[in-house]
Amino acid sequence: MTTHTHDSRPPRPSPVPASAGVGLKPAHYKNILEDHPPVGWFEVHAENYMGDGGPPHHYLQAIRRDYPLSLHGVGLSIGGAGPLDREHLGRLAALVNRYEPGLFSEHLAWSTHDTGYLNDLLPLPYNETTLKRVCEHVQEVQDLLGRRMLLENPSRYFPLEGATLGEIEFLQELARRTGCGLLLDVNNVQISAVNNAFDPRDYLDAFPLWLVEEIHVAGHDRQQDAAGAPLLIDTHDRPVDATVWSLLGRVLERSGPRPVLVEWDSRIPAWEGLMSEARRAQACLDHALPEGAERHAITD
Amino acid sequence: MPSQTEFQTRFAHALHHGGPLPAGLAAGPPQAAGSRFDIHRNNLYAGLVDTLAAAYPVVQRLVGEAFFRAMARAFVARHLPQTPVLLHYGGAFPDFIAAFPPAAGLPYLADVARIERAWLQAWHAADAVPLDPARWAGTDPREAPHLRFALHPSLQVLESPWAARDIWQTHRHDRAPRPLEARGPQTTLICRPRETVQVRPAPAGTCPLVRALACGSTLEDAMAHATRVYPDLDLAACLGVLLRAGAITDLSPTGRPS
Repeated sequence: MTTHTHDSRPPRPSPVPASAGVGLKPAHYKNILEDHPPVGWFEVHAENYMGDGGPPHHYLQAIRRDYPLSLHGVGLSIGGAGPLDREHLGRLAALVNRYEPGLFSEHLAWSTHDTGYLNDLLPLPYNETTLKRVCEHVQEVQDLLGRRMLLENPSRYFPLEGATLGEIEFLQELARRTGCGLLLDVNNVQISAVNNAFDPRDYLDAFPLWLVEEIHVAGHDRQQDAAGAPLLIDTHDRPVDATVWSLLGRVLERSGPRPVLVEWDSRIPAWEGLMSEARRAQACLDHALPEGAERHAITD
Repeated sequence: MPSQTEFQTRFAHALHHGGPLPAGLAAGPPQAAGSRFDIHRNNLYAGLVDTLAAAYPVVQRLVGEAFFRAMARAFVARHLPQTPVLLHYGGAFPDFIAAFPPAAGLPYLADVARIERAWLQAWHAADAVPLDPARWAGTDPREAPHLRFALHPSLQVLESPWAARDIWQTHRHDRAPRPLEARGPQTTLICRPRETVQVRPAPAGTCPLVRALACGSTLEDAMAHATRVYPDLDLAACLGVLLRAGAITDLSPTGRPS
């Protein structure tokens, strides 16, 4: 382990570049510090760094010194019917101050209810009531952190009653009312499309790419539901599916380069396995149009 | 149409406790809806059981994977995390194990779990720089009884009537349980002065001594407290272990005349 003083801060907030990044996993700390691999940036789950101290922070500080960082929350329960957890928001603010990440993102989902934290990203119906609630929560987070956040489209396994808005409409309106940006998870689009019988290409072609500041790709599992219909499950435990790579290419062609993250959170491969996925994502980026290709469409 | 709160209450209840699916799912045939809803149930249960398995690897090795997962699942059914920060999830697991009838045949299991728990807490505890041993060595012996000690945030001392530390140590890296003298007692000190969590034997009586020091007692008062329970307390041995483990971070005189 490298030894650094505990209170040393990263040199300055560095923007997350429009290149391929990967999720940072403890199994790879040493590879990264020793070999300094050519990855554009790293992303961490905020909740994994909410301990008081210890080796996780030592490693993250050392890696943050050499790479831009994106902070990805999984536990804010932005879509929760109840109020946001102020204590959790405080922990998040402390983490943002400590590491000065280039991006901060969360999910369009809920995960906490009266009885506790449910350890999953749960769906909400899209309508005026839920939109208003999510807007209040996003505004509260942005006010507290003093910065813009990104909201990610979720994986959906079934439709919900009471929906009067489409997901894209909901996200776009959310961004318009709060000024937040969007994180487009292309793997989640593919999963939701198969599970809810729509064409992922239609979804992506309609997505407001000018609001997208980050893109995710990941692996998923292919099953069948009890009625024999195909069912994709968001597992992040294997290489990115060929369909998802091709959808990523379709998005980048229209959006131009964006930060693209390879997520791999379970059954973590050796560093080289993750690195080869990052190279593939970078190859997709290298084929994309130069920055600015569709930028004049940004008016609202 | 249920309100958003009602919908989430029913959804959360069905996830955690099973039973009928919440109203509001519009997923075609009921059996299909059930199998789709099960994805969320699985993320709740299997995800948290995995979290416990990562936190208690020796307990899992001692009882086997199938037993461990069943026990952990029973724990999850009773104890949802109260925060999205799962680094510390499962604090009540050792007590749950102690009261879990199917595990009664391994009476030391809960104390092994307490060591694993303390190890994990030490890993994530706040950092602090251990005291330079020269400072203690240079203390005027007449002042020592009136000193107060600042202890490392990661320090924990556990007492067990079993040889819990030996059992933990032996099975830390082994694949299968092996026969071992289970009787104790053993006192174990857990501390992370720098990057590595230390798990060391400590003299009997270290536990009440450290508890009193942690509450701000002077060394003299802490010793008086500990000797009420352990009349044969070896103070020099206790302090030696604490100093070598990096468990003391500062000394401060109380200003009392010596």
